[in-house]
Amino acid sequence: MAVRKLAPEELQPESFVFSPETEAFAQQQIAKYPPGRQASAVIALLGKAQEQAGGWLPRKAIEAVAARLDMPVIRVMEVATFYTMFNLEPVGKYFIQFCGTTPCVLRGAGDIKKVLERRIGDQNHVTADGTFSWLEVECLGACSNAPMVQINDDYYEDLTPENFEKLLDDLAAGRPVRKGSQIGRNRSEPFEAVKTLQDPSLYDGSQIGAWRKRFEEQAEPAETGEAEAAITSVPQEARAAKPGAGRAIESEAADTPAERAKKGETPISPTDQKEAADPSRATKGNSHTEEGARPAPQSGKSYVSTPSKPEEGSPVPASPTTPVAGTPPSQAETRRDGSDSKPDVVVDKDNKTS
Amino acid sequence: MAKIIVDGVEVDVPAEYTLLQAAEAAGAEIPRFCYHERLSIAGNCRMCLVEVKGAPKPVASCAWGVRDCRPGPNGEPPEISTKSPTVKKAREGVMEFLLINHPLDCPICDQGGQCDLQDQAMAYGVDTSRFHENKRAVADKYLGPLVRTSMNRCIHCTRCVRFTAEVAGVPDMGALWRGEDMEITSYLEKALGSELQANIADLCPVGALTHKPESFHYRPWELTKTDSVDVMDAVGSSIRVDSRGREVMRILPRVNEAVNEEWISDKTRQIVDGLRLQRLDRPFVRENGRLRPASWQEAFAAIAAKVKGTSPEKIGAIVGDLAAVEEMFALKLLMESLGVANVDARQDGTVLSPAYGRGSYLFNATIPGIEDADAILIVGSNPRYEASLVNVRIRKRWRAGPPPIALIGENADLTYPYEYLGAGPDTLAELASGRHSFIEKLRGAERPLIIVGQGALARPDGLAVLSAVARLAQDVGAVKDGWSGLSVLHTAASRVGALDLGLVPGEGGLTAQQMAQGGVDVLFNLGADEIDIAPGAFVIYQGTHGDRGAHRADVILPAATYTEKSGTYVNTEGRVQMANRAAFAPGEAREDWAILRALSDVLGRRLPFDSLNALRAKLYATYPHFAAIETVQPADGVAAAQALAGIGGAFAREALASPVKDFYLTNPIARASGVMAECSALARELKLEAAE
Repeated sequence: MAVRKLAPEELQPESFVFSPETEAFAQQQIAKYPPGRQASAVIALLGKAQEQAGGWLPRKAIEAVAARLDMPVIRVMEVATFYTMFNLEPVGKYFIQFCGTTPCVLRGAGDIKKVLERRIGDQNHVTADGTFSWLEVECLGACSNAPMVQINDDYYEDLTPENFEKLLDDLAAGRPVRKGSQIGRNRSEPFEAVKTLQDPSLYDGSQIGAWRKRFEEQAEPAETGEAEAAITSVPQEARAAKPGAGRAIESEAADTPAERAKKGETPISPTDQKEAADPSRATKGNSHTEEGARPAPQSGKSYVSTPSKPEEGSPVPASPTTPVAGTPPSQAETRRDGSDSKPDVVVDKDNKTS
Repeated sequence: MAKIIVDGVEVDVPAEYTLLQAAEAAGAEIPRFCYHERLSIAGNCRMCLVEVKGAPKPVASCAWGVRDCRPGPNGEPPEISTKSPTVKKAREGVMEFLLINHPLDCPICDQGGQCDLQDQAMAYGVDTSRFHENKRAVADKYLGPLVRTSMNRCIHCTRCVRFTAEVAGVPDMGALWRGEDMEITSYLEKALGSELQANIADLCPVGALTHKPESFHYRPWELTKTDSVDVMDAVGSSIRVDSRGREVMRILPRVNEAVNEEWISDKTRQIVDGLRLQRLDRPFVRENGRLRPASWQEAFAAIAAKVKGTSPEKIGAIVGDLAAVEEMFALKLLMESLGVANVDARQDGTVLSPAYGRGSYLFNATIPGIEDADAILIVGSNPRYEASLVNVRIRKRWRAGPPPIALIGENADLTYPYEYLGAGPDTLAELASGRHSFIEKLRGAERPLIIVGQGALARPDGLAVLSAVARLAQDVGAVKDGWSGLSVLHTAASRVGALDLGLVPGEGGLTAQQMAQGGVDVLFNLGADEIDIAPGAFVIYQGTHGDRGAHRADVILPAATYTEKSGTYVNTEGRVQMANRAAFAPGEAREDWAILRALSDVLGRRLPFDSLNALRAKLYATYPHFAAIETVQPADGVAAAQALAGIGGAFAREALASPVKDFYLTNPIARASGVMAECSALARELKLEAAE
């Protein structure tokens, strides 16, 4: 998330008073809620105050909303800082919200971003003439027309670096621009030719009730005593279908060597032991870091036994420090340095799973 | 009641219990950070996860009700597990996440040794972290002179936010931004405006909020803990005094459902530095207009010389606000043996007196009783500053479902809305005569509570006001069998004990005001610092701090504060409580009763006890109710109201004003404290700002 902060003091206006329009809007919004619940209108009022203040929320506007709704200022501040749609710093006359989520990026949003960076500069930065500022936002929900941006209240879709440059030129020059798709397609219809939903029967009303009719036709042959048979097949004693459904599975106890020993069986069968010891069957995780970039191995377990000088060798013991599952205690190579006092902690030998 | 099985143990708990409470009822311990019994449920720390049979994932037990659990397929009680491997794993996971951004600065953190996170990480965490990225860094916030912040340590439990908004009623704090960027702060980092703000540092489960005045001064394990009782106001909050060697290091609240729940006011907590500053540590005698250090013998000799040459009618004694019952009893016996009738413990001039019965000066409804009241009238009091914890109870009652609350007196912010009826006694008369609509709400209430503050009583027409209130209480049914709603709110810790002892002028005796204005030639002043004593009289001041009383004194006898002696205090409800010694008085200062005992010897009127136990035995023989520690001996409110109602009298025109002008500077200990001075200055600033 971009770092958001309150606008510096020198940019904050001296005062903020609700305009008659905002006030009328506030009254309308507050009337939606029961008396005493006027605080519910806080988001609506903040939005309107942002509109009145020119696309961002000065501190005084937040205080004015708090006063209007009889809320502690900090509560309104919490809302204003929580939602990223409330701009806390001044924005340009044209505030561009650039969609940087996967579908747009796949369709070339990276090039659009380059245009923004070249023409406007960094995010959250207003151009010297106050015309533009931009912000990368999460998905705006027009993925079928990707890549796209939102400028003030409108979407501009199907952008290419060329038509986007032109769009910005037109906006800067005050020329009228086309909202929506910039390549002339109608909403999110297929780009080339309309190939689907062309069956005329879809539009002549013949489909109305068709499904029900088909259902009734298919149900006809069922009048063969099947229903009675179904009823008689119902068991007399009602029983819950799946008593364990949705419940955490709780078996008696795990099939562990200890359990087996308790029952008088051989704790570990020799075949199991052999299988378990087969290195080719071991699960091995892969590092997400590159082989060479891996940090020096650290045990992270005990700093008592960690040599301070690397040349003294790897702090991680070369042999396994916990017995391989199923190894009889007599054969196990266990730690003798006292670090095995926490038997449930498994040493992450080469520090890979991070 | 609902049945639930916790780890195989079936318990029967109220259906509205949460799983966490049910688990505790079954004896299972659930770790938690955000959950607090007295705050609303947030459910955001996730430390209290348990396994509910049938639920697909672990659930936060603090936010899941017993009545929300489904029974088993055959109607068995719901079953939860707090010790299963899933729960263990869930806790380890939550703890690992909490520690991702928590700095490993325990060695330099003031919370070390008393930290919930530290303890729970030891008990429920794992010993490693798999987090290799950088930790979050958050700028520290300024929250005023009482709370130090170290916001890197914050785990976003929001206990502080909920406390200020819910209990303290001053919604200053909030959580700004969101997700990883969330920051706890006050609006624009202004100092907090609550008189209970330091409690947030107690509530903080980590070291993000710590107590600023005492930071870096001690480690909790170095301290000797002494259970005691507070004397800053007449509420008598239960406190724990932590001391190291001779020095009191900090004062913490102690849970006492009947009085302070688990909060204390900032004054109660932070006067600690006042206990060591400005102390009188040796006797002084005034010679040629200047006080000079003297020995005890010299001081006693000077007193004896003066007393022997004065007739008992010209001797008087006044008692201050911080005196314990023991020394007041000793003083009373001493004055009786000298034949002195000029004894008064009411330095503020309040009209309360044992003459009208014990019920006439107690907070008869009791503090927990506030929660039963269904209409509240406050007369001449600002409970927020006169008795902060009483105000917290009223606010708690208001939050439970607002009863009608009205106030006659100063129109102040009490943290809850109320109907403001008027400022003066004439409003009271109007109300009593039924010309005000609020009377109907009082009459309609089952258990109306009428709180009378010292602002209404410590004035010449106080008795008339009290009488009118008593008549009003009778009228609206506030005093009856089973409910005694006429309640007097005191501001001085010693007052109720003194009135119980009968420390009021005897036959033909002078009141404190009359004595101070030159009615006597020799005045024994037992720690009364809120009264101006006119020049002329020979004043013996026995007290702890170089405050107003000591400046006017001719002989100073250095005494012990409430943390340096074992003393009995009776709070405004009449609850007898015992303060215990946590440290020793500085220098040659002695415990008050011992000073009076020694003085009585010099005066030739030896008091009949040689030890505190002997004194107490004598005290309990005369006043048995002082022996019933921690209890309230109920008084007959009906008879007291009857007695008061018969007095009548005319009202003056002045408005009722709270006696507490500056919450932070109400007694000599607080006035000696630098922290309180800072708080006071800040509060004045905030007041000016609010007035703009």
